[in-house]
Amino acid sequence: MRSYDIVVIGGGPAGLAAAIAAKKEGVDSILVLERDKELGGILNQCIHNGFGLHTFKEELTGPEYAGRFIDQAKDLDIEYRLNTMVMEIGADKLVTAMNREEGLFQIQAGAIILAMGCRERSRGALNIPGYRPAGIYSAGTAQRLVNMEGFMPGREVVILGSGDIGLIMARRMTLEGAKVKVVAELMPYSGGLKRNIVQCLDDYGIPLKLSHTVVDIRGKERLEGITLAKVDGRGKPIPGTEEDYSCDTLLLSVGLIPENELSDGMGVQMNPVTSGPKVNERMETSIEGVFACGNVLHVHDLVDFVSEEAGAAGRNAARYIKGAVAAGSGHVVTLEPVQGVRYTVPCTIDPEKMDDTQIVRFRVGNVYKKCTIGVYFDDEQVISRKRPVVAPGEMEEIKLERAKLLQYPELKKITIKIEEA
Amino acid sequence: MYDVIVIGAGVAGCASARELSRYQVKACVLEKEEDVCCGTSKANSAIVHAGYDAAEGSLMAKLNVEGNEMMEALSKELDFPFKRCGSLVACLDEDELPGLKALYDRGVKNGVKGLEVITDQEAIRRLEPNLTDEVVAVLYAPTAGIVCPFNMNIAMAENANDNGVDFHFDTEVTEIRKIEGGWELVTNKGTFTTRYVVNAAGVHADKFHNMVSEKKIHITPRRGDYCLLDKKAGSHVSRTIFALPGKFGKGVLVTPTVHGNLLVGPTAIDIEDKESTATTREGLDELIGKAGMNVKNLPMRQVITSFAGLRAHEDGHEFIIGEVEGAEGFIDCAGIESPGLTSAPAIGKMVAQICRDKMDLKPDPNFQGKRKGILDPSTLSMEERNALIKENPAYGNIICRCEMVTEGEILDAIHRPLGARSLDGVKRRTRAGMGRCQAGFCSPRTMEILARECKLSMFEITKSGGSSKLVVGTNKDQI
Amino acid sequence: MEKRELICIGCPMGCPLTVELEEGQVMSVTGHTCKRGDVYARKEVTNPTRIVTSTVKVEGGNADMVSVKTKEDIPKGKIFDCVRALKDVTVKAPVHIGDVVLADVAGTGVDMVATKAVL
Repeated sequence: MRSYDIVVIGGGPAGLAAAIAAKKEGVDSILVLERDKELGGILNQCIHNGFGLHTFKEELTGPEYAGRFIDQAKDLDIEYRLNTMVMEIGADKLVTAMNREEGLFQIQAGAIILAMGCRERSRGALNIPGYRPAGIYSAGTAQRLVNMEGFMPGREVVILGSGDIGLIMARRMTLEGAKVKVVAELMPYSGGLKRNIVQCLDDYGIPLKLSHTVVDIRGKERLEGITLAKVDGRGKPIPGTEEDYSCDTLLLSVGLIPENELSDGMGVQMNPVTSGPKVNERMETSIEGVFACGNVLHVHDLVDFVSEEAGAAGRNAARYIKGAVAAGSGHVVTLEPVQGVRYTVPCTIDPEKMDDTQIVRFRVGNVYKKCTIGVYFDDEQVISRKRPVVAPGEMEEIKLERAKLLQYPELKKITIKIEEA
Repeated sequence: MYDVIVIGAGVAGCASARELSRYQVKACVLEKEEDVCCGTSKANSAIVHAGYDAAEGSLMAKLNVEGNEMMEALSKELDFPFKRCGSLVACLDEDELPGLKALYDRGVKNGVKGLEVITDQEAIRRLEPNLTDEVVAVLYAPTAGIVCPFNMNIAMAENANDNGVDFHFDTEVTEIRKIEGGWELVTNKGTFTTRYVVNAAGVHADKFHNMVSEKKIHITPRRGDYCLLDKKAGSHVSRTIFALPGKFGKGVLVTPTVHGNLLVGPTAIDIEDKESTATTREGLDELIGKAGMNVKNLPMRQVITSFAGLRAHEDGHEFIIGEVEGAEGFIDCAGIESPGLTSAPAIGKMVAQICRDKMDLKPDPNFQGKRKGILDPSTLSMEERNALIKENPAYGNIICRCEMVTEGEILDAIHRPLGARSLDGVKRRTRAGMGRCQAGFCSPRTMEILARECKLSMFEITKSGGSSKLVVGTNKDQI
Repeated sequence: MEKRELICIGCPMGCPLTVELEEGQVMSVTGHTCKRGDVYARKEVTNPTRIVTSTVKVEGGNADMVSVKTKEDIPKGKIFDCVRALKDVTVKAPVHIGDVVLADVAGTGVDMVATKAVL
């Protein structure tokens, strides 16, 4: 049986950045397994610009951003397999994968980096009533058809969900000659970045209807129209507010779900809020030597942060292989998201094992204006950061210093909360 | 001229066609849709009922119990998934125990084996730990089961086709005329003549019956909405849980599916439009509301899709099977609502026997009753699977990552007799697109394979035939 | 004096900007957290520009389409002219990132370049 020090599951932005970082940290035996026919993952279909400002200080398109990491991985001679589906991973880090050439095969990994990304929520998850005709696509499926295959899914489009993919696809469909009639969003705020509302909707005069949802789908064979209605505070449609739209296409951009079937299968402990694994300060899951990064861990808005987080996972996997993880005293601090903060990544920190600076990423559950992000070491407030606005669509972060944590040998938990004026 | 034309390629029509193909007979099936299993047969509870529901002495009761008994052997012969998982009818109120007992008595009279009323609370929870605390008693029916309705229907059709029955799809019968020695069927694809007609047209069977008979029948499409849950929820119950109809209304069932999902439904709403399979907000809300009455902690957040099916409810609530009075050679197979799926094997046999007796059909010595389904590579050992991939690398290429369906299975689905021509056709045969992402990932890939293999352009690929086109043009073609 | 509220599209932060104008002249920009915001605001109220991304057909390669972008931002009013100009463009593989697919697109003086390699 073949064996590798590190096996990376997924050759998208997270997997590539992790593999590159691990290689640079001094581990040579690395294998990246990618199910698609090329490296780069979903970035290959994200042909719009806006990637890489943070990482490369310039604005790149998705394929260009992926290209830089692919080039680096190739320059570093990182081994990879394309068109290869990982079928199962055992808790003992035995990876079973399959492709056309090698059939079903097994690889023993010393460490595993989970970087499988996420999938789109489907119509079913929303229980949208009506017919089930052709013409209903998740935004990402439409994005693949248009951007990679050059096919138009339809001519007259309604988009449900104002996540970034939905907003981006509103512009893409418009530029390729379709009429985008409206973008509807169930919540009273958009799930996407503000700048995408400006440059994808406002630029083209596409209306955004907040607190609206699709309540009917018409057309027995091909979609003929939909009905939108306003929703109340609990997301229930308000009778009498229905509006009909004729359209042949409905794109759904209603959320992303980390794709953790493999993690589940190996028994990794999950965080029900993120639907991703619980990780410690080194991006290590509940199984020693199994790391997670990118959208499989929690859904990101920006690939730059995926790369950064994946780099940390890769470095730590390498240190694990080299036996270079600092010896801890067993003092583990729990991070507790409360009061408007939905989750944190990581979930725990061992101050002895953390880097000098630890970035803690989190999301809020609602829109808060003129608020303060408060960080408490047990009961003592240590950070208080004023923010004009925080929103669920935009990931937040705080930085923790190792030196500071070491000053609190009795520290049990770090609480992060939103404090309104 | 055909000896027999079956109208409708649903489960009753295909069961009839397959049973007819045992005989030396020139037969065909006319189907208005692009594939078999496109109406009632594709959207139902996928339950093999034990047989205590139907009235004692009814044809429904007889064929239900017979069909149930035939199912296991048939599922092996035709290679479709079936599991005898048993069912429970949950009673929520001591006062309604007589109702549960009445079901038991009726079942015994109908010939259902192994029925048992259980009132011991611990015994009930041992069977199904997730029943709600309100459940005071259950009727346990060990002979009930679950089946893949698509593959059962498809298997019967394929086997009928293998044994010489023609299938004409996208062929809608618009008129039926009596001619000398038989019938003339006018369709959008020309006129067909036949000695005998089997009317297995589901919700439309009344239309055809009423074309040839003065004694009118009337079928109401009774819509049922369903929610299908992720496989993660599939083991929430291990048997089909029915609600005892009572003061809380009819209730909905909760059942594992034979593929490991969890199914909740159906509602029962009588409608006018015989093609209206749209779910409604009210229907889905009702389901979600009722689902928790018998089964607790249902993870309704794990719903992956919802759908609606139409039961062909005849006013008399009875199967109408037999030659229509005053219309010699016209055989009804109408009013096939629940337990129609369970009864289908017996219905097919009964229809074929009627034809045999009337036409004095001789057995076909070349009849081959065995059918091999699409190979599921996940049932193979690693060595077997590798041998398969070596021989055909398409089995090493996963197309649907949720259900782990390989290109090899999809190619088989397309190229076998009566092969798939649409995304839904592939889905029903292989489960590609039936998983938690609901075809988001595999649609473009399956479309590509369909186009390549069927030598069609991407613009001709449909979701389910007709005008259900999936892409309508190329980038910038209209600017 | 005219006041305009903008959302900066320079980076994902999306800073809310306020521009004060006097007879078409920018008097002040506030609300930005970096220089990019100031530049964006001044341009947006006088001569708004955008990067345009799209696809063109490619022949003889390992993909049928290649993604492209304007090498620099072009006037907002030229976006559709730019896309129209790409309608009949077909390039031959191999294509590399940065290859010019169409020079001086729609008279903007800006080249359309490939953003993906198709070999």
